[in-house]
Amino acid sequence: MRPFTHLRPDTAGDAVATVAADPDAVFLAGGTNLVDHLKLGVATPGTLVDVTGLTSTAVEDLPDGGLRVGAGVRNSDLAGDPRVRRAYPALAAALLAGASGQLRNMATTGGNLLQRTRCAYFQDVTTPCNKRVPGQGCAARDGWTRYHAILGAAQDSAGLQHCVAAHPSDMAVPMLAFDAVVRLTGPDGDRAVPITEFYRLPGDDPSRDTVLRRGELITAVDLPPSPIAARSTYRKVRDRASYAFALVSVAAAVAVEDGTVTDARVAFGGVAHGPWRATRAEDVLRGAPATDDTYRAAADAELADAAPLDTDVGGNAFKVPLLRGTLTSTLRTLVEGAA
Amino acid sequence: MSTPEMLTPRAMGTPRRRVEGPAKVTGTARYAAEHPLDRPVHLHPVLATIPRGRVTAIDTSAAEAVDGVVAVLTTRDADALADTSDREFTVLQDDEIGFRGQYVGAVLADTPEAAREGADRVEVTYEQDDFRAVLDPDAGELYAPDAVNPAFATDSVIGDADAALGEAEVVVDATYTTATTHNNPLEPHSSIVVWEPDGGRFTIFDSTQGVSTTRSNVATVFGMDEADVDVISPHVGGGFGSKGNLHANVVLACLAARRVPGRPVKYPLTRQQMFSLVGYRTPTIQHVRLGATREGRLSALVHDVVEQTSRTKEFAEQTATYSRSVYAAPHRRTTHRLDMLDVPVPSWMRAPGECPGSFAAEVAMDELAVACDVDPVELRIRNEPDADPETGKPFSSRHLVECLRRGADRFGWSRRDPTPRARLVDGWWSGTGVAASAYPTNRSPGSGATIRYHRPAADGAEHWDVEIAAADIGTGARTVLGQIAADALGVDVDTVEVTVGDTAVPPATVAGGSSGTASWGSAVVDAAQRFRAKYGTDPSDGDEIEGATPENDWSEHYAMSAFGAQFAEVLVHADTGEVRVPRMLGVFAAGRILNPVTARSQFIGGMTMGLSMALHEDSVMDPRSGHVVNHDLANYHIASCADVGDMDAEWIDEEDPYVNPMGSKGIGEIGIVGAAAVVANAAYHATGVRVRSAPMLVDHFLD
Amino acid sequence: MDATITLTVDGRERTLTVDTRTTVLDALREHLDVTSPKKGCDHGQCGSCTVLLDGRRALPCLALAVAHDGADVTTADGLATDGELHPVARAFLDADAYQCGYCTPGQVCSAAAVLAEAGEGWPSAVTPDLDAERVTLDRSEIAERMSGNLCRCGAYANIVDAVASVAGTDGGAR
Repeated sequence: MRPFTHLRPDTAGDAVATVAADPDAVFLAGGTNLVDHLKLGVATPGTLVDVTGLTSTAVEDLPDGGLRVGAGVRNSDLAGDPRVRRAYPALAAALLAGASGQLRNMATTGGNLLQRTRCAYFQDVTTPCNKRVPGQGCAARDGWTRYHAILGAAQDSAGLQHCVAAHPSDMAVPMLAFDAVVRLTGPDGDRAVPITEFYRLPGDDPSRDTVLRRGELITAVDLPPSPIAARSTYRKVRDRASYAFALVSVAAAVAVEDGTVTDARVAFGGVAHGPWRATRAEDVLRGAPATDDTYRAAADAELADAAPLDTDVGGNAFKVPLLRGTLTSTLRTLVEGAA
Repeated sequence: MSTPEMLTPRAMGTPRRRVEGPAKVTGTARYAAEHPLDRPVHLHPVLATIPRGRVTAIDTSAAEAVDGVVAVLTTRDADALADTSDREFTVLQDDEIGFRGQYVGAVLADTPEAAREGADRVEVTYEQDDFRAVLDPDAGELYAPDAVNPAFATDSVIGDADAALGEAEVVVDATYTTATTHNNPLEPHSSIVVWEPDGGRFTIFDSTQGVSTTRSNVATVFGMDEADVDVISPHVGGGFGSKGNLHANVVLACLAARRVPGRPVKYPLTRQQMFSLVGYRTPTIQHVRLGATREGRLSALVHDVVEQTSRTKEFAEQTATYSRSVYAAPHRRTTHRLDMLDVPVPSWMRAPGECPGSFAAEVAMDELAVACDVDPVELRIRNEPDADPETGKPFSSRHLVECLRRGADRFGWSRRDPTPRARLVDGWWSGTGVAASAYPTNRSPGSGATIRYHRPAADGAEHWDVEIAAADIGTGARTVLGQIAADALGVDVDTVEVTVGDTAVPPATVAGGSSGTASWGSAVVDAAQRFRAKYGTDPSDGDEIEGATPENDWSEHYAMSAFGAQFAEVLVHADTGEVRVPRMLGVFAAGRILNPVTARSQFIGGMTMGLSMALHEDSVMDPRSGHVVNHDLANYHIASCADVGDMDAEWIDEEDPYVNPMGSKGIGEIGIVGAAAVVANAAYHATGVRVRSAPMLVDHFLD
Repeated sequence: MDATITLTVDGRERTLTVDTRTTVLDALREHLDVTSPKKGCDHGQCGSCTVLLDGRRALPCLALAVAHDGADVTTADGLATDGELHPVARAFLDADAYQCGYCTPGQVCSAAAVLAEAGEGWPSAVTPDLDAERVTLDRSEIAERMSGNLCRCGAYANIVDAVASVAGTDGGAR
């Protein structure tokens, strides 16, 4: 582990200025992913700029009926917030499905959005990884891909660096389904980025997970008012019953009238470089009868472009039927529960 | 010979809490890396990043420049070892690389942070050779080892199994696989080593299942008298076999200590390092063939095993030995063949042999039950032998049938509809299954014990010291040995204080093979009997005597094993394939249960690890690099609390005078035997999907 | 790069100088000889090091000491008061909810926090009604909430018994 300086600026502005000016500096919040990476040598910053206490730790009501979640709000507090539990149950459920009670007490909202892939090759500096070292190659492509992407991954082709990593966040999945907005402060001022545009596909630069610019700091996440979100849920399938990352996960909200789906929000976790908004599935669902056939058709529409990996070490083709089954089961349960 | 006399149980058989309990629940019990030290030196190793080849250059200059680095050890400058016959222990002796993750250097520093940074900065250049790192019967030349662990015949043949299979009315012919698994005790292997150059002594605080084994192995490797190696290990954070043998980490720490005489060197392995340096269970490919009558009576039983070993050191897991002693069949054959690979050295992991072997054997029996349309409990009862099927020796005691019947009764087996895929409840397929368990009853010679009597003049309250270099790795040995000593001496158990885990007291055999309590307890009983013979019932303050584990002549005449029956209820989600085990019950016949509290924990602990094997554990070897990709506890899943449902164990009263004076059988491993099979069998009953591999993942149940 | 920090550990204020890279766990174990929190993985993957950090359960292996200057740390040892074991620790003894003991101090700290969290009405991943104001710590609730603490000896069934006994629930049928 490389030695580093630890700074604790007085304001978010000072923190932003420091990181913007120093390419060797990074923000430190809850530390649950960064400290892990420091030990592994995945992250080698020269300066840690501690933003603990510099962003809000409150969940505030917005005038439009939505909620503003401070970037410093711990995952456990967000999951326990009665407003979140009532109005955005899929978000509370996703938070509670993530990590462990201890880690949820440490991890922040901002940090959760920015956690990095758990690709075993990304985390092992003795194996090549385009995300860690652009141009180095991808050990995962023919390797162990059980926890890797099947949608939107960068396959080798002209100008693209191979990356099949999947984003590990549970929290981000319902936030995507509910059209959350990520509020940022940076060296050029504040801006708000819809979460639908916040995460990148690996494309030509897998080293970048999001559209954050150098020195930009997440200050809050706005959850817009969403009546449909009150009837939402989160379903996570993993290799053990708890304390494990998702193989696949589904955040879903549906409105049903007289046996017909009138509206739907669906997002997936564990299957792409970021949380994945299933707009094609939503399109199939809207106006269709609330039946298993519809749910499966919705899954198949979204999975039409899936490109699972078949490797000697352990592929991920199983994620296609798994996601189909998980979406079907989740929607069925949600609709039956509402009836 | 007349039936041997057993101790009269007074303290034995009564529930008794662990004597070190308060220290463990507060965390004040000191484990190996936790002994307070003056000016410790921290060690961080440098590991080979190629699976086979050699080191061609090492540049340590950047590491030596790190502030706080005290020394850098490499293959170029480490002290020569006296005995290099065991390649696992020949640390830093030459440039040859036998597996990825092998030690090629170590950095010593005043702080752990500096040691780690220094290790990151050692530049190693390699020349890589062709290698193979994945078990593949078609790629390699399989060979038959001279023996399988520890000294069983590699093959066994009785009758003509092929002919019997040809004539059998019903045949099950299937191949089963089990994944590579790593012991992963929660306490990483850790050592603190001090080298005293004056006189040349090592003092080693080590996390080990046997201080005496560590002492003798270190003495051999370094060419020293055993008396010059002190090993101290009062508390051990689990081992499950991986701390049973010496591993290279202790040799490395000793080499490092010689570099900084007088200063303690502290080396706790990282979790990641544990995936290449301290043993693991080989993957297995097991071809089982059962021939039977339509009623399910076995005529032939064939169990052929292929597994891997390391070019660095051979370890041959005795996987098929389970099939040598559990079921009757006139014609039988077992074989073991090895694929020698460029991989870390496999070793003991809880119930080596019986654990993976029972997975294949007990799932095959379930398949036979289905093929014959015979209840799987009844099928096992029908194939109960009257004597050991291979040796012909009578069993000293065997109550497998009683375990099956009692378990079936407790579990509500009689209400079971055998139809698979017939119960869908709230989106989950539900099923139940059964499997048998068996584990040999071992007792090793070589332990000694001291008993010392005290009657302080001040208050006159007598007490007894019992000293034996045994290991309490969570088994409750310290507590149980006190109960044994109390009954052997005929005194109140509260007057007995037991010291274990220190080479300053008489030596003890390793906590392995479920032999600890039997071996050590026999030494304690021997000492107690000698004490009474010499000092009578009115000893004086300070009287002491030493005893030793006697040979057991009865093992010539009897086959000795513990048996059990396990039952499980399994749910498999109809849409996602998720597997849950809401209920698991084990009923065991394991001789006298010396302490019901710690015994139950041992049984359910083994069952839990078996459940974990059934559902989760899979060390993924990357054939391109020869390393375990998922080498941490986030990616190598062991069962979590939420994976375990209503789990219970009980036992039937069994007294066996032939095994040892306590009448007890080993219980540390039998719980895992059959545990993965029972989950697979219940999953078949739930879904109709026969999974012949462990672990079972969602993948197996998806359309 | 060194920094001087103060931690209150089990009620006692301790000032120490650490490398910026030193975690709270290593500060406790290597600098202060406080070895109750155990190091099982050093990456937040096992829970063995669980302590109460400013009153809440947390993993000091992922907490940098310099970032926690002034923090209050309670270990399993510090849960005991005046030589009396904490009720959770006593329940672990009664239920034999441990074997090798290495994960145990973390389990005990976690269990104490689980009781507090449930008292706050915090739901878990298995709580049927997320909107409910109260939760009952039945067996599945306890097991889910304790799942951040791995136990290789397989004491889970007894751990659930121990926590249920303190929670005042029988934990449901067994």
